[in-house]
Amino acid sequence: MSLVEMQPGQEGIIVEIDGGRGVVDRLWVMGIFPGKKIVKLSSLPAQGPVVIKVGNQELALGRGMAQKVIVEVTP
Amino acid sequence: MGKSVIFTQLSGVYAISSNYPGTTVDYSKSTVRKNDTWFELIDAPGIYALAAEAEAEKIAERLIEEADIVVNVVDATNLERNLFLTFELLEKRKPMVLVLNMWDEAQKRGIEIDREALEEALGVPVIPVVATTGEGIKDLIRALDRAQIPKLIPQDHEKRWEEIGNLLSKVQRFSYREPQWIDFLYQATISPVGGLFIGIGVLIGSFFLVRLIGEGIINYVFDPLFSHFYLPLLERLDQLLTFSPFLQNLLIGQKIEGAINLEQSLGVLSTGVYVPIAVVLPYVLAFYLVLGLLEDIGYLPRLAVLLDGLFHRLGLHGYAIVPTLLGLGCNVPGILGTRVLESEVERFIVATLISVAVPCAAQQALIIGVLGDFGMGPVILVYSVLFVVWLVTALLLKLTVPGYRPALIVEIPPYRLPYPRAVASKLWMRTREFLKDALPIVLLGVLGINLLYTTHVFSILAEAFSPFLSRWLGLPGEAILVLLLGFLRKDLAMSLLIPLQLSVKQLIISSVMLAMFFPCVATFVVILRELGWKRLLEAIGIMVSLSLLVGGLLNIIL
Repeated sequence: MSLVEMQPGQEGIIVEIDGGRGVVDRLWVMGIFPGKKIVKLSSLPAQGPVVIKVGNQELALGRGMAQKVIVEVTP
Repeated sequence: MGKSVIFTQLSGVYAISSNYPGTTVDYSKSTVRKNDTWFELIDAPGIYALAAEAEAEKIAERLIEEADIVVNVVDATNLERNLFLTFELLEKRKPMVLVLNMWDEAQKRGIEIDREALEEALGVPVIPVVATTGEGIKDLIRALDRAQIPKLIPQDHEKRWEEIGNLLSKVQRFSYREPQWIDFLYQATISPVGGLFIGIGVLIGSFFLVRLIGEGIINYVFDPLFSHFYLPLLERLDQLLTFSPFLQNLLIGQKIEGAINLEQSLGVLSTGVYVPIAVVLPYVLAFYLVLGLLEDIGYLPRLAVLLDGLFHRLGLHGYAIVPTLLGLGCNVPGILGTRVLESEVERFIVATLISVAVPCAAQQALIIGVLGDFGMGPVILVYSVLFVVWLVTALLLKLTVPGYRPALIVEIPPYRLPYPRAVASKLWMRTREFLKDALPIVLLGVLGINLLYTTHVFSILAEAFSPFLSRWLGLPGEAILVLLLGFLRKDLAMSLLIPLQLSVKQLIISSVMLAMFFPCVATFVVILRELGWKRLLEAIGIMVSLSLLVGGLLNIIL
């Protein structure tokens, strides 16, 4: 499932970035890449961004970008 | 974050800083002496990696390329993310000192970093500092000539993160810490529904706070000062100048009903001094105080996140709100602020939107001053019209200007309590900027207007434009001067509306027209410099045609 479909509060591990090189690179440098543990904090309304926590860092990703981040939810 | 604070600490030269990434969009230079060596110190915009897209990032990369020593300031509360760029720089064999800023906050948050082990592993000096208090700055100066070239082999992103992970597992440890009230506040402001209400509340609250403070300073400080001390002084001067009606007219201006009127006399020393100091300055102070607080608390990136969904429909991304808010102070820093946006198209769109529909604090002071006499209704109407113009222009540009619009990806800094001293020096810097830029232009402008009046150039112009202005906009011919002078300074131009004795409707139309019609000279120059002639002409074309359209429509509707 993508970051968008995850529920706020759920934890997960990134399995894939389903996007072009540009997107993959921009996410890489921000520390978002396969194998990384993340927590979803919230989704903003009106197709707004998804807010996640990666390590100690809180990041907001635009909806289009969040759709490309595929995660596996950890129970 | 925190580079500019460290720069200020090292050099004593003030550089504006805030609690969000992207405050610095240009560089500041200074020199620092250590023993017998002079260091040229340059404050660069922040970057995440050596892969510049935004203009501010390109500037930073160029500076790093040219530098002999890189003072790499990283956020100690966020070591992992920051080490990526550090590794990239180390791989480039740049002599470096690594500065771990916000050391105190890292400790408070239960983050323990083994400084010596990190130094050992990276092969460069590692200096913990607390930029806001100056702690550790001396150690940093001492470490400057220990800056070393480490031996790291260039590698790909994946390998780099792997090594960062390995390193961190050795040098960084987290201990548990109780959640604090500020964490709950944090959750509330980015929660879907609560965040929206808080956002609207913050914006409306800020507007009224600015008005309250601005009004307060005018009523309790500047108005009494001017009427009790300055006006009597002018009256004395007026008596002394009776020998030269020319000088009298130039310096003091026309008498209104037999007396000097600070708002309407149009003398260099009467209106020329009164408008910028007593009418505009209080609002500039109030605006920048409130903006500075919002910046240092760290609310702006949250606002960007909150608005991203809406802005996306307008073809922008949420971070566009940051330059737009800066534009409400003065369009020039607003347009410079667009350097944080990644694509040229987006920069053009946001810069155009700022110059068309975002009135600067100086102009707003006059809008409130002139229209406020008729109640809050007309003031709110002007703001609403400009907001609708902003919205419609954004949509039009989205449909007509093709180009790359990258998605939002922002770091959200934690809320921080602003340091009063930091807020105060930022306020002082921005106010000084206003006084330095505005005062000479207003004084010269008043002088020019005064001469135009006395030489009757003005009435010839007014007559020539009268048919068009009255038929299409319902304004008297004299309004042409107001529109033309908007090029000089919009606050000055607005103040010329006062002697014209216009109706509320005419005042509303001219306020809106003035805001939209043409950029002031400072904005004109900055758009030219940042985006080039072609973009400038496009922006002006949009401004002139939209303002004539909106002015005409208002004349029909109201």
